[in-house]
Amino acid sequence: MAEVALVDVSKSFGAVDAVRNLSLSIANGEFVVLLGPTGAGKTTTLRLIAGLERPDRGNVLIQGRIVTEAVPAERDVAFVFQQYSLYPHLTVYDNLAFPLRSPARRMDEQLVRRRIHQVAELLHVEQKLGNRATALSGGEMQRVAIGRALVREPAVYLMDEPLSSLDAKLRAELRLELKRIQRELGTTILYVTHDQIEAMTMADRIGVMNEGVLIQLGTPREIYERPDNAYVASRLGAPAINLVPAELLAGGAMPPNARTVGLRTEHIRMICSADGPGPVAQVHWVEHLGDQNHVHLKIASHSLVTLADPAQQLKAGDRVSLAFDDPLYFDQAGNRVAANESGRQA
Amino acid sequence: MAEIRLENVAKAFGSFTAVNGVDLTVDHGAFFVILGPSGCGKTTTLRMTAGLELPTSGRILLDGEDVTALPASARDIAFVFQMFALYPHMNVRQNIGFPLKCQNYPRAEIRRNVGETARLLRIDHLLERRVGGLSGGDRQRVALGRAIVRRPKAFLMDEPLGALDSEFRHLMCGELRELHSRIDATTVYITHDQLEAMAMADRIAIMNQGRVEQTGTPQEIYDRPRTMFVADFIGAPSMSFLGLRASPRRGDRSIAVDGVPVEMPEMLEDRPEGKFALGVRPENVSFADASRLRGQVIGAEYLGTTQIVTVTTASGQIKARLPSGKAVHIGESVGLALRPDRLSLFDAVSGQALQSALYAGGQHG
Repeated sequence: MAEVALVDVSKSFGAVDAVRNLSLSIANGEFVVLLGPTGAGKTTTLRLIAGLERPDRGNVLIQGRIVTEAVPAERDVAFVFQQYSLYPHLTVYDNLAFPLRSPARRMDEQLVRRRIHQVAELLHVEQKLGNRATALSGGEMQRVAIGRALVREPAVYLMDEPLSSLDAKLRAELRLELKRIQRELGTTILYVTHDQIEAMTMADRIGVMNEGVLIQLGTPREIYERPDNAYVASRLGAPAINLVPAELLAGGAMPPNARTVGLRTEHIRMICSADGPGPVAQVHWVEHLGDQNHVHLKIASHSLVTLADPAQQLKAGDRVSLAFDDPLYFDQAGNRVAANESGRQA
Repeated sequence: MAEIRLENVAKAFGSFTAVNGVDLTVDHGAFFVILGPSGCGKTTTLRMTAGLELPTSGRILLDGEDVTALPASARDIAFVFQMFALYPHMNVRQNIGFPLKCQNYPRAEIRRNVGETARLLRIDHLLERRVGGLSGGDRQRVALGRAIVRRPKAFLMDEPLGALDSEFRHLMCGELRELHSRIDATTVYITHDQLEAMAMADRIAIMNQGRVEQTGTPQEIYDRPRTMFVADFIGAPSMSFLGLRASPRRGDRSIAVDGVPVEMPEMLEDRPEGKFALGVRPENVSFADASRLRGQVIGAEYLGTTQIVTVTTASGQIKARLPSGKAVHIGESVGLALRPDRLSLFDAVSGQALQSALYAGGQHG
């Protein structure tokens, strides 16, 4: 049974359609990530499920029950906000205990203590339990805020960019931890982010949103390898997919209605001489980012960015010829069109 | 333009030492990034440089002049917090001109300076607009304009892009860097985001527990980390460490990991027998069936173009960045090859890197 379902939900704020005709169903134990830029409607979707907003149309179901009209306290959800919201006058321990001591679901203190120690250990704040919330660093505060949701066992956790204020190392660590906790406990999570790496590494399914609309829903691999359109293709992948006009690469067999070719770094082969069969590009500059070196290529007036093979010593001004393996094709409207068989072998 | 120098600067809050003897030199016109985890003392260091905190000991020099005891207002430095803080009831022109108005600049001069600043930021067409209707990027540019309009000697920026989403942050990184090259102002920028640091900095200082662990160019810090902390903090995912016992000798070109000799850059110092850690970055690890250095795959994180594969070995966990087309099975036993010229050897107790040909720069590509 679906833990959470949205059925044809819409919500507008004045003239702005924040969420349009959204239907989404999250299975028990599933980790779904909504990915999109600021203003895509991700946070509004979470708030609709939590009961912090009421939809203009459509229904919200939690564990099969229609809760569209229910107040937040009647919905079995735990919300983690982007900005930590701790009680400054309480210790870390009491902040974590707070949800467990609420009159609606009072818990035995012994049990409370055990639960808090478990969660504190998980989030590496067990040394800080006696500290006041205000004596913590930003990263610690956010971990405590996450912990405050984790001490409960609701039907679904709603998380709004909970890791975005943490440093990269901690973020990577918590990403793995959160995924592990979710898998082990079988919890259901709806998680909102604009970070594609969080989406790719944690999600069972990713929902790509833009301008209030859910554009595509699928596993990370589906979304990455078979995006429905150019927008979805551009949301995932680092460096970002190169979208170039089809006529620029004329010659290879491509579907007749292809107008744009999507080239990811794995679709591009650079041959270090200007007399290969493919189009010739010039190396504009090589950007060193530590683990990855991005090569910026100029082909006619268009730029392409691809990863450099460390063994290939490229420098600005070099001319290379390009070959392409299974690129993506998009039609006039930006929708992906399947490559024809001859195109595949090109 | 200005040179900023911190000499043995320390700051204690009660019994807590936030900054513990920091020495830094920020050259004229440099874009200098202080990078570190939360609580490492980077913000306190910046606040002392700005004059918002008084150091417990040490000296701060601005263009050679000792400003340690001068208040912020007497230092001619602009401090940029969250860039989004604009005055909503003012238009763009008034927002940018505000710092000058506060200092009672004549109207004509305010007008001229604001105009120049707006042209520099390419927002001169927006000067009469209300800030409420602007896009996120333009709001950032206005906030930046307000900081640069006074043409201070230096800019200090405390995670100015922290609240932005990632694409937008990437865009603003590029703009900030470009703006920096246009006005050439000394900038000290604080972040916990290593990608921001790598993308923008001329030089990076990595801080940990109130101290500077290493200062260098982004590439230096990435390729030749001086300590295990630095190696671990930089890189996503970070460097993997294989634990071993050895007595490294000058001239050694290989070291035994769990009994298997692994080729590495030539050692340039002798050490008595002890515990060491061989550090390798994920992009320098590949699978090689014939290798005797073996481990078991315990996880694979799909990232699109590449995947991060985690392998446990008898000497520790190792992460490999491999093309995502490569089929990897959890539980399978694999042989590992490490790219010899990019390996670092650390003293596992002190965390310090040993001198080798890599660190001497001999094999740096």
